[in-house]
Amino acid sequence: MDINKVSLSGLRKALDEKEISAVELAKEYLSKIKTVDPEIEGYITVTEEQALESAKRAQELIDGGDSKPLTGIPLAIKDNICTDGIRTTCASKMLENFVPPYNATVIEKLNEQGYVLLGKSSMDEFAMGGSTQTAAFSKTKNPYDTNRVPGGSSGGSAAIVSAGTAPAALGSDTGGSIRQPSSFCGVTGLKPTYGRVSRYGLIAFASSLDQIGPIANSAEDCGILLNAVAGADEHDATSARVPVGDFNARIGQSIEGMRIALPQEFFGESTDDEVKQAVTDAAKEYEKLGATLVDCHMSSLKYAVAAYYLISGAEAASNLSRFDGIKYGLRGEGRSFDEMIRDSRSRGFGAEVKRRILLGNYALSSGYYDAYYRKALALKQQIIKEYNEIYEKADVILTPTAPTVAYRIGEQETDPVKMYLADICTVTVNIASLPAISLPCGYNSDGMPIGMSLVGKRFDEATLIQTADAYQRNFAAVPNKYRA
Amino acid sequence: MKLYPTIGLEIHAELMTESKVFCTCSAKFGGEPNSRCCPVCSGLPGTLPVLNSKAVEYIIKAGYIMNCDISRFTKWDRKNYFYPDLPKAYQISQMPRPVCLGGYVDINTDGETKRMRINRIHLEEDAGKLVHENRISLADYNRCGIPLIEIVTEPDFHSAADVTAFFEKIRLMLQYAGVCDGRLEQGSMRCDVNISLAPEGSDTLGTRTEVKNLNSLRAIQRAVEYEIYRQTELIENGERVIQETLHFNDATGETSSLRSKEDAHDYRYFPDPDIPPIIFTEEELAAIKADIPEMPQQRYERYTGEYGISDADASVLINTKSVSDFFEAAVKAYNNPKPIATFITVELMRRINLGEVDADNIPFSPEDFARLVELAETGKISKDNRKTILREMITAGESPEAIAEREQLWIKEDSELTEKTVDEILAANPKAVEQYRSGETKVFGFLMGQCNRALKGSASPAAIKQVLEKKLNNI
Repeated sequence: MDINKVSLSGLRKALDEKEISAVELAKEYLSKIKTVDPEIEGYITVTEEQALESAKRAQELIDGGDSKPLTGIPLAIKDNICTDGIRTTCASKMLENFVPPYNATVIEKLNEQGYVLLGKSSMDEFAMGGSTQTAAFSKTKNPYDTNRVPGGSSGGSAAIVSAGTAPAALGSDTGGSIRQPSSFCGVTGLKPTYGRVSRYGLIAFASSLDQIGPIANSAEDCGILLNAVAGADEHDATSARVPVGDFNARIGQSIEGMRIALPQEFFGESTDDEVKQAVTDAAKEYEKLGATLVDCHMSSLKYAVAAYYLISGAEAASNLSRFDGIKYGLRGEGRSFDEMIRDSRSRGFGAEVKRRILLGNYALSSGYYDAYYRKALALKQQIIKEYNEIYEKADVILTPTAPTVAYRIGEQETDPVKMYLADICTVTVNIASLPAISLPCGYNSDGMPIGMSLVGKRFDEATLIQTADAYQRNFAAVPNKYRA
Repeated sequence: MKLYPTIGLEIHAELMTESKVFCTCSAKFGGEPNSRCCPVCSGLPGTLPVLNSKAVEYIIKAGYIMNCDISRFTKWDRKNYFYPDLPKAYQISQMPRPVCLGGYVDINTDGETKRMRINRIHLEEDAGKLVHENRISLADYNRCGIPLIEIVTEPDFHSAADVTAFFEKIRLMLQYAGVCDGRLEQGSMRCDVNISLAPEGSDTLGTRTEVKNLNSLRAIQRAVEYEIYRQTELIENGERVIQETLHFNDATGETSSLRSKEDAHDYRYFPDPDIPPIIFTEEELAAIKADIPEMPQQRYERYTGEYGISDADASVLINTKSVSDFFEAAVKAYNNPKPIATFITVELMRRINLGEVDADNIPFSPEDFARLVELAETGKISKDNRKTILREMITAGESPEAIAEREQLWIKEDSELTEKTVDEILAANPKAVEQYRSGETKVFGFLMGQCNRALKGSASPAAIKQVLEKKLNNI
């Protein structure tokens, strides 16, 4: 069996029909990780021993005829999702040796299915960044060109799926952290509706925006993963008490009559011509499949990045305050509490994390709150309103996932504002709590993947998967050399 | 120039919920250090708070008993600051939308009734505790996440007596409402006092200082008095009062500076994105209001009115909730409130005040106590023996009947023994008999006492009196 060419349903079939055992499958991936990952650096921790053990247990379930969709399926998990007894670092020196004593709810759910954890995937430090180059260790490379970034912050998960060192992975998305790296690495990533997946055990970056979601080789595979992890959770008061159902239920149904909106502002000057062209071509494909294209506007888009960095910065500044060196994580030195806390945080956090903490604290400071944070919240309401207006005349929205393809390592990191502005296509989705899926829609002249995003109504992931799948059936993906 | 103090209070009261406010850990006091905490209340990364609905119910009750408006929409905010006893480095509290707004509590001081206004009451979480040993500081997170309400008053207080009367009154009210156990020795209630002085009649207030974390009535009184004295001295000597936060030292009775206004924290409050706001329906609020038990004032009125108990006895009963509850249960068992009240205020309270009995842990049931009173009231035992039996009940833990039996304290209506004993007493006291018969009837009491003692309570005083009168008059 060629693990470079299988889908999750294909793996399921192979396992259930005893074409391959769960342990053999885990070994295949572990051996591929050994050869490929030193070049890609997608993993921070590879959990070989646990993988083989859980594969063995999974095989017992399979042998007993008790297999669930993910029984024996190997996965990579982003390293900001807590795994009981397994180091969870957020790619930060601060948590380099942090071993959580509990599982995130998504991990509990995956365990119930008998999944196999291959390892913890790299990311931008505390999920802050779009390149995975702010990671304190395992600065992941793009499998299509290892001189380029994989995107971020879930760059590890995206690169791993792209290189085939796991068939699928979980990432997290606060302002595009699932979709943008999926776009850069030529894979499919789904950011669910806020509240769809429990955040319990996801080390918080910006609590009102964070969502865990799947990164995989197809929309269908994303749906299989989402089916496993979605649902209300008593440990997360912001998880939605909304029925889950089967997110793949509408796969294969015609999209005849579907109204797809293209907000003009997403196709402006800051977006590369090749990207615009690929997304516009994809829109034409949808027309051929029977969809209607709807022209529309999102006039507040130009303020979205500012609103996003204020809201996420404020929440991050508060969320990251707990890393003080007292209870866990890096412990600094000093003659007083204050000195020790200062030293811990100075040494534990990288430059980008510090920048966001400063930005957030500034926005919340007395005298500045009204000018920044309160304005950002007002913008949030405006963005929600504009989305609602678009959804009055459309079922889904189509945009580029990022203004460019993956850039070269070292190219953008020096200019934080330029880096922040590159989030323009993805942040409004988080601000408005909407679901969105990014999928490849072409390759540029350098052979780098281009991604497009479908944005849906709240809790309408099923339509996104149906629509993405309809395109994917006719799309000729070009695998990178690690999948050849 | 006469200086006039103006005082406002912030009172923290721990709610007596079973579990903590944002996780399911026990909210009990004490325990081995860090034995009552979990990933959530010790602030592990990735954990999330889930609001305990009981805590919300309790703060609503607190609001109602203090005549507050209950906000129909309420939400939580983060108060950010670094301190080793605060594991998340922010406290979940409430800023612009507290559960309770406005309100008042009436107190009686200086012979008048004063209305003390409440500004707001909000719900928040307690922090942990630091233990300093040698040159090491250790953190105990057991207290982290215990639900707290903060009661903020208007600056309506003008003396230490105002403050202590208010504090004691709300302590009792919160206890009666079942909201806070009011155990000051366990830190269940703490008081911050804001004090400023200004010339009498002035319409501007002076510079205020804040004395933090006073946790006994005595400390509150001494701190207020000391701060009034200290500020008076400063002003009268032409010096300035500095706006600062103070610590009260119980040993010296003086206050000292913790931090000045310049060092004040900027708490960077903002809405907590982990806890959705709550919207209360009228039905929910009505149900919670209906569930509030009788308040001390209502009990007092029932005791003095319906039961005909004296004002003094009624006050004694209601001022200790456990005693009042004991009284209630005893009356339920034996519907004769007056003798029960008297026996509690005279005898049981004496035992409590002597430290023989813990008011929160009375070693016999109110039913046993009620039967003891009933035995005396129905002439089964003498009033004196009632006390004897009570003391035995404290130590022996037996029923009143068993003790009466064992100690042979029953009144036996045995007229033969009574007559024989009276005859003996009269024979032994011929002089007294002579005096009585010559008209000095006041010796009757002396003879009664003699008989009573000799009969050791085995005859009722009425029976003895009857026999004695018969013998003295008819011989």
